[in-house]
Order: sequence, then structure tokens, then C-alpha cells
Amino acid sequence: MTAVRSVAAGMNGQIKMLSIKNLHASVGDREILRGVNLEVPTGEVHAIMGPNGSGKSTLSYVLAGRDGYDITDGSILFGGEEIVETPAEERAAKGIFLAFQYPLEIPGVATMTFLKAAMNAQRKARGEAELTTPDFMRRVKVAAEKLNVTQEMLRRPLNVGFSGGEKKRNEILQMALLEPKLAILDETDSGLDIDALKTVSDGVNALRAPDRSMLVITHYQRLLDHIVPDVVHVMAAGRIVRSGGPELALELEANGYADYVGAAAA
Amino acid sequence: MPAVQETVDQVRRIDVDQYKYGFVTDIESDRAPKGLSEDIVRYISAKKNEPEWMLEWRLEAYRRWLTMTEPTWARVHYPKIDFDDLYYYSAPKSTKGPKSLDEVDPELLATYEKLGIPLREREILAGVEGASDRRVAVDAVFDSVSVVTTFKEELKKAGVIFCAISEAIREYPDLVRKYLGTVVPTTDNFYATLNSAVFSDGSFVYVPEGVRCPMELSTYFRINERNTGQFERTLIIAEKGAYVSYLEGCTAPMRDENQLHAAVVELVALDDAEIKYSTVQNWYPGDKDGKGGIYNFVTKRGDCRGDRSKISWTQVETGSAITWKYPSCILRGDESQGEFYSIAVSNGYQQVDSGTKMIHLGKNTRSRIISKGIAAGRSDNTYRGLVSAHRKASGARNFTNCDSLLIGDQCGAHTVPYIESKNASAVFEHEATTSKIADDQLFYCLQRGLTSEEAVALIVNGFVKDVIQQLPMEFAVEAQKLISISLEGSVG
Repeated sequence: MTAVRSVAAGMNGQIKMLSIKNLHASVGDREILRGVNLEVPTGEVHAIMGPNGSGKSTLSYVLAGRDGYDITDGSILFGGEEIVETPAEERAAKGIFLAFQYPLEIPGVATMTFLKAAMNAQRKARGEAELTTPDFMRRVKVAAEKLNVTQEMLRRPLNVGFSGGEKKRNEILQMALLEPKLAILDETDSGLDIDALKTVSDGVNALRAPDRSMLVITHYQRLLDHIVPDVVHVMAAGRIVRSGGPELALELEANGYADYVGAAAA
Repeated sequence: MPAVQETVDQVRRIDVDQYKYGFVTDIESDRAPKGLSEDIVRYISAKKNEPEWMLEWRLEAYRRWLTMTEPTWARVHYPKIDFDDLYYYSAPKSTKGPKSLDEVDPELLATYEKLGIPLREREILAGVEGASDRRVAVDAVFDSVSVVTTFKEELKKAGVIFCAISEAIREYPDLVRKYLGTVVPTTDNFYATLNSAVFSDGSFVYVPEGVRCPMELSTYFRINERNTGQFERTLIIAEKGAYVSYLEGCTAPMRDENQLHAAVVELVALDDAEIKYSTVQNWYPGDKDGKGGIYNFVTKRGDCRGDRSKISWTQVETGSAITWKYPSCILRGDESQGEFYSIAVSNGYQQVDSGTKMIHLGKNTRSRIISKGIAAGRSDNTYRGLVSAHRKASGARNFTNCDSLLIGDQCGAHTVPYIESKNASAVFEHEATTSKIADDQLFYCLQRGLTSEEAVALIVNGFVKDVIQQLPMEFAVEAQKLISISLEGSVG
């Protein structure tokens, strides 16, 4: 454990928010992640780009602890702590948040009810007192206003009949209220028109903080015009094949993924 | 009969009384011998000091019953019931129960705890000896005797009659004779006919013309006065312009050694009257292998006899091994309305075949059916419903919405709607959906920090919301908790 910790700690001795080593994951016989190595220091925003089928969404699910994936090798350290065996709800309580590409609908459950249930479940898991209703309402009001989420939307059943933009705003609202340490945004830009993209990006940018890291997963460069990352990684065939600064995203936009797809397959 | 024996054994195991403490449950002296005959019917009638007409009524039903056979059309399976192996009358208070809550199955107590039932009531529900007798003394301390007294006085002032049906037969024979068996005739069906011959007791409610019953009437108020037994009979009459809301049952699982329950409930609503009947049923569903458990074969029917009358059934069914139950409305009066709101939860090996019948006879009659079936474990959950319009029922309208939710992949949900219209102007709508709690829906909740049980409870409560809203407030909260508890352990 000590050895692992020293690896996770960076040169300045700080523990990395997220440190993934040689991560292999399969569904059935099919290996999707084939040795992912990735480090996200605290406070940084990293983007992962890559062609369809490169394993980006799988990586986000595996980080969040979804059932159905066999982790055959490697480790995931979150704040220096191994979480490969940790159940999804415990990871959430520890501060991992996943903004879904396709947020799920729950008929009959008001968005407000869901928010309260989620916040209190995490607080309970951390041994904190449940929020009082006035405290909860105040927090929701503040966060909702910033994201243009109306009271009417909060009363509607969770994501039922929401437009694409409303669903994504609702994801960011949850992120704002749950105050995660690590936020993973899975294709948050998909299905958004330019105005909605702006609202969502502003919401995300407002949540950038020195003690919070983000992993922004996207197929297109355009989201990164709005949420400017510190580091861009290219993922292909289940591995991180290249890392660089924000300029890497522009290069990908110009040249496409063809080089990486060919190289990774070889 | 093995099945009957299983229940008895099972309930004894729950009570842990005799084998742990070396007691043997006394055979009660005040009990009719096993089996059914004219003599037993006479015995029951005599025990209750019934008038001659009532005995004749019972005997007629009994003779009819002898010619009938058990219905087999429902989608439920169980070993054949030996009707000669049942007790049809036993004096309720003489059964020995546990001496205190310390002797009651901890699991049962945990359920009470989760439901937030006060200690004193837990004792009564668990059948702790003397709990009901002690009530008076305890009540004096907590001042709830006065609650009951106030309650009775207020009803009296309003002119509402609310008493045991055996009392009504003696005190209000004209009313009982006028209405008993007019909604569910003694010849109606196998179980209703059996009930007519041997019914033990039940409630009688009469709300006079123009009176709005000042409170929700609840069998709960009578819970410790009498064990109504397995053949319950209820009759509720709302005179012209009257209104009454009646709550039946209890969210807590009750100690009960009777395997077969065959109740009959009759409602009569005259011109402009409204009856709202809510049930929460949580009888013993059997053990984890599906052994034991109550068979619940009930006939519930309301007659909207008067113009513009309204009858509304709301039920939350979570218990029993087998539920066979179709609370129905006969929409006889012009512009009368019938409603049926149902939540039926099945888990383990439970079998539910439930639904309603809306019989449109009068003009411009309307009905509404909202049914939510939730199946988990290895259970089977069937909605069976009939909507029919008579030739003269011009302008009849029905809206039916039947949703099923499956949890896991070993349970079944079935929808069997019958629609018969003999009038061209009738408009019947039927919507049905079947859904599963999807893995990605669950994962979404887990990712937000909910445990899988919290997630299922949340999703299910969303699913049943339309029906829960129909329940009286105090019942709604309990019913929600009850549904969550019934589905515990159904995921993961």
C-alpha cells in the first residue's frame, strides 16, 4: 500500500485526485479497456477524446463502478485509495460524480425529490446529518438559478419529457448540489444546440475549483472551446495513446482520428 | 390437509410460543368442530343470537353452496382446499398468544419498527396475551380512550351507524334485511356463497340522508374489540346525498392462523351519495419458499343505485400468498361514477389475480381504473378487469390505465382486460404498459449515492404515485413505507 501511495503522489508529494494504472476491463469475452494509464491531479480539468468505440464511455462507467464490467487487471486510485472493489453508491459518497450522456428518466418522482434523496443518501453514507428542508431548498434555489432551471422543471418527474438541453442542465445541477471531488462528464455536449451548450459549459466552468478535478469525455472539439482543459488525452482501442495541451484538441479536429485508429490497431 | 397444516405450523413458528417455552396451544373449548354442515351453520347463528330470518338466509346460502364448484379461471395455483378440514367458528379471544413482545419473532418486530407502529399497538398486532384487555388501562394514561369515545359520540350526533354487523342484525334488522345480499347475492359465486352461510362478523355502516360522515371510518378503531376472523362481512349504505370514507385493514402483518379468507363487502350508494372505500392488506404471504401464507378470496362490490352516485375503491395489496379480488362497481344510476385505484405488490412466491368490474347500466355513467401491479421475486401478478356497457347505457365512458412493473427476471405480469359494449355511444379507453426497473435506471440512482434498496423504493413510489394520492393522508404515508418493505431484498 505504501508503495502504491508513493506512486500516486506526484513530484510535489501531493496525492493525485485520480490515478489509473494499467487498467484492463472486459464485458464477457471482449476486452474494452486494454491498459489505461491516466493521472488527473487535484484541481485540473482533463479531456479525453477519441473515436467511437475507443472505450471512452466504458472508462467513465468503470470509474463510477457500474456492474457488468470485469476488471481483469490494474488499479484505480481515488485520492490515493484503491476503489476497484468499491460499490458505485460508496464511490458517489466519496465524491465521484458522473454526468450521463443519456440521463435516465424516473416517472412519478419529482426532480426535487430525487435531488433531496441523493444529497441525503450521500450525507448519510459520510456520517453527516441530513439536510433540513429549508437548507435544502435554499441550496437548490441558488444552484438552479445559475443554470436556468425553473421551479416548474424541479417539480416535474425526473427527466421525463425534458428536452436534451434540460436533461443536461439537470445533470450539471446535480453536480453543483452534490459537490463532487471528481466530476466525469460523458459526452455532455451531445444533443445540445449552441445556446444550451453555452449554458451548460458556463455551469461547469463555475464549478471549477482548486479542490475539484474534472474528466471531460467528448468526441468533438467544440465543447473544449467552452470548457478549456489543462490536458487533452487521446484514447484509441482501449488505451490512452497521446497526451498534450489544449492545442491537441485543435489538431484532432483538423486531422481526425484516422492516424490513431490505425496505429492502435497495429 | 398439508397446505392448511403448513400455515398453522408457520404461524406457530413465527410466534415461537410453544416450542421455545414448552407451551402447547390450548384447544379452545368454544369452537365448532371441523367441517361444514347445516348444524354448523345453525351453531354459528345461535352463537350470535341471530333472528330466525338470518338463519334461514344462511341455510339457503349453504344449500346453494353445496351445488357449486370452486372457480378455476384465475391465474393462481394452489393445492385443493379441503373445506371439511376447516374450522368455521371459533371464539376469538381464547387463543393463547405470546406473553410479551420478548417472545415474538424479532423479524416481525423489526417490521413494526420500520412501519413506526407504537409499542402498545405492536403488542396487539402480534397477539400478545392480554394486550387488548390492558388497553383500557393504558389508554387512560395516554388519554386515547377519550379519542374513541369522542369518535363514537360524534358519529352518533351525526346519526351515523357504525357497528359490528352481528350487532346490526340484532339492532337494525330492517336495514340489514333491506340491503344485505342485494349487491352480492347469496348465489353470486362459490366463495361469496360460502361467506353468506358462515360469515363470522364484519362492519355495518349506515349514513343517513344528506349526512357527510364527520370522520374517516376505520376498522382499525375496532381492531382490539374483536377478531373478525376469516369470513368477514361488511355492508355500507350511503343514503341520498350522504358521504362516507371507510378504511379497511392495517399495514402491519397480523397474527392469523386462518389460511382461507373469504370476505364479502357490499356498498350501496343512493342518489348523489358517495362512498370511498380504501384497503391496505398485508396478510402473511408465506415463507421464503412460498409455504404457508393466507389465501384471500374476496368479493367486493359497490352498487351505484342512485343517480349521480359515486363509489371509489382504493386498494394497496402487499400480503397473502394468493389474492383473488375484484372490487367492482355497478353503475346503475344515471350519471353515476365508479373508480378503482389499485396497487398490487407481489414478491417471493405470491400470486395475485386482481382487478375490477365496471358495469355500466345507467346513462352517462363514467368509470376510471388505475391499476399498478409490481411483481418481484418469483411472483405472478395478473390484472383482470371487465368494462361493460349495457344497451341502455348511452354515453358511458371508461378510462383504464394498467401498468405493470417487473423487478428481476423470474416474476410475471399479466393483463387480461375484457371490454364489452352493447351501446354504440359508449367510449372506452384502455392503456397498458409493462416496464422493468432497468439496470441503467438503477445504476443512475446508485451513481447519485442511493443504495439499491433506496433506489427501488424511489422508483416504485414514483410508479404508484397516482394511486397513493387517492388514499387518505394517514394511510398514504404508511402505504408507501409498506410497499418499500414488501420489496426489500428484491434487487441485488
